[in-house]
Amino acid sequence: MNDRASRANFSELRQLGLYALYVVSGLVAAVWLLGIAANSTGSTVTGGAIDADGKAITIALRTEPPQLDYSRATDSSSFTVLFHNMEGLLTYDDNMALIPGVAERYEIREDGATFWLREDARWSNGEPVTAHDFVFAWRRVQDPATASAYAFIMYPVKNAEAINRGDLPREALGVRAVSDHILEVEFEQPTPYFDKLVAFVTFYPINEAFFESTDGRFGADADMLLYNGPYRMTEWVHSASMRWERNPDYWGDHKGFIDTINVGYITQDVNSRLNLFKDGQIADTQLVPQMLGEAMERRWQIDRSMDGTVFFLQLNFREGRLTANRNFRKALLLAQDPVEFVYKALKEPSYMPAVSLFPFWIRGVDSYFRQEHPPMPHEYNVAKAREHLEAARQELGLEEFPPIHLLADDSPIGAVSSEYYQAVYARNLGLELRIDKQIFKQRLAKMDAGDFDIVVSGWGPDYDDALTFGDLFSSWNLNNRGRYSSPEMDALVRIAQSELDPVARMEAFGKIQDLVHDDVVIVPMYERGWSYVVDPRLKGFKRRAVGPEVDYTYAWIDEQATD
Amino acid sequence: MRQGMAWYVCKRLIQGVVTVWFIATATFFAMHNVPGDPLLNDRAMTPAIRANLEARYGLDQPLFNQYLIYLGNLARGDFGISFTQENRQVNDIIREHFPVSATLGILAVLFAAAGGVLWGALTALYRNRMPDYIIMFLVILGISVPSFVVAALSQLGLVTLNNLAGRSLLPVAGWGSVFHMLTPALVLGLSTMAYLTRLMRSSMLEIIDSDFVRTARSKGVPPALIFSRHQLRNAILPVVTVLGPQIAVITTGGFVVELVFAIPGLGRFFVEAVQQLDYTVIMGTTVFYGAFLVLMVIVVDLLYGFIDPRVRLQ
Repeated sequence: MNDRASRANFSELRQLGLYALYVVSGLVAAVWLLGIAANSTGSTVTGGAIDADGKAITIALRTEPPQLDYSRATDSSSFTVLFHNMEGLLTYDDNMALIPGVAERYEIREDGATFWLREDARWSNGEPVTAHDFVFAWRRVQDPATASAYAFIMYPVKNAEAINRGDLPREALGVRAVSDHILEVEFEQPTPYFDKLVAFVTFYPINEAFFESTDGRFGADADMLLYNGPYRMTEWVHSASMRWERNPDYWGDHKGFIDTINVGYITQDVNSRLNLFKDGQIADTQLVPQMLGEAMERRWQIDRSMDGTVFFLQLNFREGRLTANRNFRKALLLAQDPVEFVYKALKEPSYMPAVSLFPFWIRGVDSYFRQEHPPMPHEYNVAKAREHLEAARQELGLEEFPPIHLLADDSPIGAVSSEYYQAVYARNLGLELRIDKQIFKQRLAKMDAGDFDIVVSGWGPDYDDALTFGDLFSSWNLNNRGRYSSPEMDALVRIAQSELDPVARMEAFGKIQDLVHDDVVIVPMYERGWSYVVDPRLKGFKRRAVGPEVDYTYAWIDEQATD
Repeated sequence: MRQGMAWYVCKRLIQGVVTVWFIATATFFAMHNVPGDPLLNDRAMTPAIRANLEARYGLDQPLFNQYLIYLGNLARGDFGISFTQENRQVNDIIREHFPVSATLGILAVLFAAAGGVLWGALTALYRNRMPDYIIMFLVILGISVPSFVVAALSQLGLVTLNNLAGRSLLPVAGWGSVFHMLTPALVLGLSTMAYLTRLMRSSMLEIIDSDFVRTARSKGVPPALIFSRHQLRNAILPVVTVLGPQIAVITTGGFVVELVFAIPGLGRFFVEAVQQLDYTVIMGTTVFYGAFLVLMVIVVDLLYGFIDPRVRLQ
């Protein structure tokens, strides 16, 4: 048996080698044929991260933009694409200040607003962008048949909500074109922050004739959109690549310094994007905590910025929940320390411990809101927390606290967060937290149903105004998933929504901030940020807290730069 | 014989349609029983906005009606519109992205089959000697190390290689040329290759000791001829048997590889749709892959008849 096995005959081996040769040549032929097939379905980007001669850069997106029909878009990936290729009435400069876009100037009154449109704003087919394009787009957003998830952001416009409910025809919307270049808006109620709203994608214009010509495929492909931004998309291979080229019809020369932006790769895998960056294929990439060590070894310049989102424990105020008791909530707030959480548990240097519902970058009247209205500093006091817990136990008439239901998402950060609070409340308060880890949609379903005591949640801004956070806990806000309800809060939110005097308005936000703290509506966790690295030759690149995640519209190439 | 063959194919196809119908029905009701729905989002919706969206997608109908409408559309080959990519027909998604997965999958299967047969034959020839031990050790590694690890490591290897070479020898990720396909296809086919190597080895060894090989040898048939005519051809049968299901597994199981190498294949849609509860894409990809698997099994059964004349189709 063994001797036959060891008698590996030379001729047998030669025969096998011959077969191997056949197979390899067959494989080469197959690879060649398949390569031809693949060419028609993928990208052909080979220029590397920075092409100084061609004034082109290559970047990666996290996800395929799911919806470029901007009347219906809801996600940050689509916002990013749209921000580069489209422009609304107003837009942002490289410092996040509001600047004129299609509108040259505007005026906001108590009952409405007027926008004067520039005459040299053009669509990528050469036609002028007119007030009629805005009227058409806004009516379409409110049309129930459009089913826009962000229709609510336009509810300050007169009759919008009634149209969206199907009670009024779309022509009843309080917006009209006085002439080709004057847009007149009527408000439902005073809306002093309306200028901030119109920078949002839902308010972008649509050319009606072009829209009709797309036959229901508006935004589905690169040629199914007209562009009026600093760039125009000339190629889009779904889930693979995009090309944005500088738009020659764009009216301004204050942005769009790079001729071509290639989106060469689309992948959620952050390690894969890092590898592409190391290989010199993309111009910038995000760094997660595990990568920071290597980044420092390589002496990369690590940049940081806030992504805008605030994370907090949302508490359930529904009847019968332990968290409906104020002393209990007070104990939860006092017994934990966001500073320890961020620096010891999360270990992400771009994150900031949160102290307020409002992130630090929100603007006030003259400077930052939180400089004008400083939040109460966080107090980490276990002894005091235990007193409150004891008071809660007596008020509730309990021998012992039952386990607390902590709802969290299934992300790595969700796991770290829930385990941290589980440990900290067990140690400091002797409470047992039961972690209920759910995937995205299931967590939302449970949040909506109120099936939790505490839920790990976050809130990101839609527009650059304190109200995008400030109205979160009004009794009518559907995102108030803990059903917090107080007449005082509702009154303050009403002032914040419609007060025309900016000082009085910011004061209302200051009181909202204090009330959220006093009533312990939330336990603030952290303000989320990004750590990232950029190719030293790429200058002027921004990551933003509001609107698009990344902004290349002010970026330029400096070939000589090395750091 | 010809007639019997046609009848056999016909029968298998009818069975296949019933199987696919069953898959569609089970998936449909299982999916609708999962808590949450595709319309849920971070931003809560007003009842009016929700009603508008439900009307648009037909979710305002009773579940059984939705099922009947779905079956009607399915019979016409229409999978509907995606919930997450709201501008795209599921048919378009499959049409655009399946060829990518298929191209990658075919190459991976070719790598796996060629490698499996060759390595398997080699280990059998060198049984219980050094080459056998080395290859079998690698086989165990290939089977037990999960693909996301292999994918990440091989990508890191590429980066290192390119950095050492000072230029891009092989692309790190992306899609569009022959060179983009090589590494991901190898990674994708690796565990199958390992599995086939083991299978090939054991079936080769079985045959080395069989009567007809001994007879051939005693007749004085040249060893090379025994090897190719008698051993290899017979040993390859079990490999062909498992190849059918493996083709389906490889072309559908590329999610991780597609993610790591930024490849626009259908596998990503398949997995992300489940996470997002994108009803139409879940149904579309499941039914499509189900049908594909059923078809592959039929094809392999037919192929079997050609390779081994002893197998009668009925």
